[in-house]
Amino acid sequence: MSATEVIFLLFAAVAIGSALLAMTSRQLVHSALWLVVTLGAVAGCFVLLTAEFVAWVQVLVYVGSVVVLVIFALMLTRQQSTISAEVTSNRWTAAVLGLVASVGLGATVVSGFHGERIEGRRIGTAESIGDALFNDWVLPFEILSGVLLAALVGAIVISRAGADR
Amino acid sequence: MPLLYPLVLAAALFGIGLYGVLARRNAVLMLLGVELMLNAVNLNLVAFDAWFADVMHTGQVLTLFTITIAAAEIGLGLAIVLSLFRAVRTVDVDRVGADR
Repeated sequence: MSATEVIFLLFAAVAIGSALLAMTSRQLVHSALWLVVTLGAVAGCFVLLTAEFVAWVQVLVYVGSVVVLVIFALMLTRQQSTISAEVTSNRWTAAVLGLVASVGLGATVVSGFHGERIEGRRIGTAESIGDALFNDWVLPFEILSGVLLAALVGAIVISRAGADR
Repeated sequence: MPLLYPLVLAAALFGIGLYGVLARRNAVLMLLGVELMLNAVNLNLVAFDAWFADVMHTGQVLTLFTITIAAAEIGLGLAIVLSLFRAVRTVDVDRVGADR
């Protein structure tokens, strides 16, 4: 087993452990902070899977802005009771469904792809991703910027419409 | 590196995210579960991109697109949760519909 694989397995263990803590912690802000650890570990996995640029985008967008947005939302919607982090009454159904989804997906990929190996021949540097993005994918990229603009304007409109009342 | 490592990790993260979406009572934390599931998908895309050694880098470019969609989704979702909180003074998904 090479050093890359050992480090990947370490990142994977950190990601799974912190994801479990994020989804089960009773403190709301702790959940968001554990999610930072999960997303950071996944970014580490991206680096090991030759996706350097995607890893940095993950750190910038997810860890940098999405989690900050979530913490803002948690603080703005704070309730009197501190037990709002509690789980619903159907948590066991949810746990069974989550387990079924994991085991089903896991069994599918194990039966389909066991023995395959990643060689890492094409590193996803900023240069190669930029080349691909602006040569082959430029139309989807432009459409996506429209989507993002529409979503942001929509978010502003929705939150302002509530403030007027 | 065996292709199975990232794929099994993605399967595990997806299941945990699904549990979070279904089991959490706080609407903001349900959105966190969705983010976790999207991250599992991203991991799959990156793993298959590296496996195919794709010239067009399809997997990694699609990962960037997914991250953008996820940012749009969390922005809109949190705006909806905020206006829900203004309307009914709670983000508890068990109580929102029950009062009516």
